[in-house]
Amino acid sequence: MMARNANLLFALWVVILGLTPFYAENYILRGAIMVAMFSTLTLSWNIIGGFGGYPSLGTAAFVGLGSYVGALTQVSGVPMVMAWLLATLAVGVVSAAIGSLLLRLKGHYFAVGSIVLVELFRLITSSWSSVTGGGNGLNIPILRWDPTAVAMLFLYIMLGLMVLAYVLNVVVSRSQLGFGLRCIKQNEDAADMVGVDTTRYKIIGFMLSSLLCGTVGAVYASWVGYIDPSESFSILLTLKVPVMALLGGAGTVLGPVIGAGTFVILEELVWVNFLNWNRAILGILIVGLVFFLPNGILNLRLGAGRKNRKARAKGTANAQSDRERP
Amino acid sequence: MDVAQTIVNGLALGALYACLAVGFSLVWGVLNVINMLHGTFVVLGGYLAFFMWSYLGVHPILAIPVVGAALFVLGFVLQYTVTNKVIGAPVLTTLTLTFGLDMLLYNIMTVYFTATPRRIRLDLGSIEIMGVQMPADRLIGMALALALTGMLYYVMRTSKIGRAIVAVRMDRMAAQLMGIRINTIYAVTFGIGAMMAGAAGVIMVLVFPTTTSIAGLYLGKAFIVCVVGGLGSVPGAFVGGLILGVVESVAAQHLGPQVAPIVGFLLLLFLLLVKPTGLMGVKGYE
Repeated sequence: MMARNANLLFALWVVILGLTPFYAENYILRGAIMVAMFSTLTLSWNIIGGFGGYPSLGTAAFVGLGSYVGALTQVSGVPMVMAWLLATLAVGVVSAAIGSLLLRLKGHYFAVGSIVLVELFRLITSSWSSVTGGGNGLNIPILRWDPTAVAMLFLYIMLGLMVLAYVLNVVVSRSQLGFGLRCIKQNEDAADMVGVDTTRYKIIGFMLSSLLCGTVGAVYASWVGYIDPSESFSILLTLKVPVMALLGGAGTVLGPVIGAGTFVILEELVWVNFLNWNRAILGILIVGLVFFLPNGILNLRLGAGRKNRKARAKGTANAQSDRERP
Repeated sequence: MDVAQTIVNGLALGALYACLAVGFSLVWGVLNVINMLHGTFVVLGGYLAFFMWSYLGVHPILAIPVVGAALFVLGFVLQYTVTNKVIGAPVLTTLTLTFGLDMLLYNIMTVYFTATPRRIRLDLGSIEIMGVQMPADRLIGMALALALTGMLYYVMRTSKIGRAIVAVRMDRMAAQLMGIRINTIYAVTFGIGAMMAGAAGVIMVLVFPTTTSIAGLYLGKAFIVCVVGGLGSVPGAFVGGLILGVVESVAAQHLGPQVAPIVGFLLLLFLLLVKPTGLMGVKGYE
């Protein structure tokens, strides 16, 4: 029953976003593309971070890698869609290789290892200027159509990716993989002991988490027509994605969608109204999120049972902190 | 001769890195919190020293205690009122929280101080010993960094509060049972972390131009030093800092200055996988 409601809500949201070109101006249309894009990233993160409980901060590394693979192949003459597929493939291979090394780490060490990937990829891209154009960035041939038509095209592609990411989440959450990842989140040693192939599940989960990030990166590069290292491999992006998941409710299928939508809209409002102070206000929002919404919007039930839930939340928080220490 | 120059450059840089990272390492080791604010604390320290120097004429060496005290108070208050509330939460929560605070502080600094690169130029010339050249301000920076790190080591070893911090680091529960107020110790530790970051910032502004956007770079160096040396101990950060300094200096010499930071991060990843306890063998939280 719950699952069906979630799917219905998601479908409704996709329709609302998909119809923006017909009832709103281009500015809103652009917002809808951003919502779809961040929803895809957050849903992707949810597989390893939400189901598996691994604090992965590597999103931007794979988005950036996808951007660059997509852009470079497109510049060298590969058709656009083909370039996107190649970028996805490349990110899949690289993330599986990196995952098999990095996933030996836990907790704080994994977080640091994955965030360092972003920095490392950025530095390599900006110093390897003979291939990547270095700090000057890279221009990608843009579609010479009517701007609204281009925006519509990219909206539907991003929405397609978002639906794909959602379906992936639903499939994973019902499959053995999802079960395995949840076991790992609760107690990895015990899961290992009772025969869950933790290494394999973690690597597959990590790869599934990265795959669509690569596609999003490549599509984004084709959409904006210009990429550079510091925007492609951005620490801000890599931290924003888990924040969105936490905001909506990590580990559920609908939470990441709610979180990404809410955050993107809030961020846009903050940008528009407080140009100089946008970063500070987002910072305060994040601090507020940690204090007042530790379990996300989706797990927020007002009214009865509030105290009860608080006590339970406290209990699980303690249990988690004992487990978290590497 | 060339080799000696490279090594000396590396050691001078490494001493700065050690001083920069020791506070971060302490916070990670004792509180089990990855403090994303650290880089911004360093920049804040540098800015405060710069403004004291350019408006009030305070010599940067005299500014160190003032800046250190100011940042200690800031760190103590932040930890006591904000971070202590979620101290037991998973890494993603505490990291996100400090990142949110970092965005806030960063924004305040960019608005009030602007992002202009600033540096205190003392114009002391350079010193040459046995064919090894070294700018005097860099030499002073190295000496100050070593002195501060040494002082912290001494305080941690001898003072009551230092022993209490070490005790909490070893076993929170046991320390609490022995009558240590861990919330206060957390706040003091975070305060010391901020104080060392501020002091390191004063030294940095003597040697390199400082702007707000460099905060991430400093934070990255702190990551590497911590993982290389091991968490939560002064000797660990000291060794880690020197190793990173020499490695970067050698890499810059032989592979080019652009490659040096890449080698630093590769070193981090390599050590994370091979020896996550750090070269000094100091383990993180069990």
